[in-house]
Amino acid sequence: MSRTGLINLALFAMLPLTAGAALMLDEPFIITLATKVAILALAGVGLNIALGLGGLVSLGHAAFFGIGGYAMGILASHAQSFVPLMETPFLIEGTRSMPVIWLVAVIAGALAALAIGALSLRTTGVYFIMITLAFGQMLYYFAISWPAYGGEDGLSIYVRNGFPGLNTLDPIQFFGIAFVILALALWGAGRLAASPFGLALSAARQNEARVETVGLSPYRLRLLAFVISGAVTALAGALFADLNRFVSPTMLSWQMSGEIMIFIILGGVGRLYGPVAGAALFILLEHVLGGLSDFWHVYLGLLLLLVVLFARGGIIGALAGREVAHD
Amino acid sequence: MTEPLLRTKGLNKAFGALQATDNVSLTLQPGEIHALIGPNGAGKSTLIKQIAGGLAPDTGQIFFDGQDITGLSTVARARAGLGRTFQISALAMEYTVLQNAMLGALGQAGTVWRFFRPVMQDAALRGAAQNALERVGLAGLATRRTAELSHGQRRLLEVAVALTLKPRAFLMDEPMAGLGTDGSQALTAFLDQLRTEAPILLVEHDMDAVFALADRISVLVYGRIIATGTAAEIRADAQVREAYLGQEEGA
Repeated sequence: MSRTGLINLALFAMLPLTAGAALMLDEPFIITLATKVAILALAGVGLNIALGLGGLVSLGHAAFFGIGGYAMGILASHAQSFVPLMETPFLIEGTRSMPVIWLVAVIAGALAALAIGALSLRTTGVYFIMITLAFGQMLYYFAISWPAYGGEDGLSIYVRNGFPGLNTLDPIQFFGIAFVILALALWGAGRLAASPFGLALSAARQNEARVETVGLSPYRLRLLAFVISGAVTALAGALFADLNRFVSPTMLSWQMSGEIMIFIILGGVGRLYGPVAGAALFILLEHVLGGLSDFWHVYLGLLLLLVVLFARGGIIGALAGREVAHD
Repeated sequence: MTEPLLRTKGLNKAFGALQATDNVSLTLQPGEIHALIGPNGAGKSTLIKQIAGGLAPDTGQIFFDGQDITGLSTVARARAGLGRTFQISALAMEYTVLQNAMLGALGQAGTVWRFFRPVMQDAALRGAAQNALERVGLAGLATRRTAELSHGQRRLLEVAVALTLKPRAFLMDEPMAGLGTDGSQALTAFLDQLRTEAPILLVEHDMDAVFALADRISVLVYGRIIATGTAAEIRADAQVREAYLGQEEGA
């Protein structure tokens, strides 16, 4: 097995091992932290499809993360107040079922990404960064000024939503759900990268003219990548809201977009397991350094600088060395 | 005379005061190599760009197989069967040589909207890519990263990718550049037999190759075609000697 393969395996095993050890030591808080890492890594896996494979530097992925969060918040709040979402022309009630919420989150995230991507992808480079940021901010202020769902204060959900056959309030069981979804997303993202679509998408990042000349439209490739990316990140948002039993406009803030991007940069842009490494390190720093100082972001910033200056492949790149060409 | 496969009609393109393409009408007949020569800055690449897509002419039309393709995108023109190679290699540099060729085969097959099966295990695409690499003599470098190739090898890979597209006409922008004497002789021999598969509109600085290959030569000076004819006719043309060949002999 290659060095990257070993590192990936270690990263993959790290989460269940940590959660398992915490279960034995009766440290539910650690399990919750591992769950948080899995969910944030999932958001990063989503962004990495656009950023790593497609070269699309989106600074608006909090929009999809937040849409997933609000999909959960809105459906669950209607269920807990027994008020249907709408009655005419047909009845739509809230729900406490995680699978239904996930489905809604994924579809809403995909549709939002389709709309935002269709416009944003007409631009490139710094304009693309700015326009995705602008869309993110639009949704952020929309959520703040929407009193029906808590406005600035957000929405609290009293009981975590249910999954058939599981007790989702048990930390280890909810961790299991998040981890299995992360594992599936990693598997899917790996397949995607190696697929015909992945080959063409990554080629469009490297050389747009080449892709056009072989008769493939870079715009369409990127738009679909953006939609898949948004859908995965929205799913992570729904899980994140369920983890906290709370959703607020903070999930839509540009700082959140930045954090998701930081996971990827720390872990290694375009590396399948980069978001896992990055999210784990981020949460670790937040709790180790955050305990020492309120200004722990200073150290995060320093680390980020070091990675960007000296380890362009992120943590995985630094450990595994430059990825060798493979057929 | 048979119907031309590719035809431009009165193409004009100006950049500010500079007339880069001046009323250019040319044809590419099935089975021929039509070479486009001219001094630096004559507008050869500008003309190729207008034909391949990516640069819209100010006025004029381009017909491919009888269809007006002037309004089509680069992508649509490639799908219609225009196989282009670039003057400055446009390849996916992180990819292996084989992956670049696979990309061409994938574009030709039109099976890009597949998301789960590993593309490199697709025997049909792999076969097409391998075959194209063998034809240009790059099969031995298939697993090499493209960024590690020499300039000349990249030019050959450009040709190989164009081959995987199975185009109906080739547009080649200086494929010989950087190849060295042996390399350009080998490619000359290859293009010589390639013309039977699909005609080639060839922009080239290598005069040995041009005079050895071209059925017809057009000479472009300041965006205008000043002469079109066989190698012998072009050699004998007084205007051409003055504008172009004369300079070279004097240099």
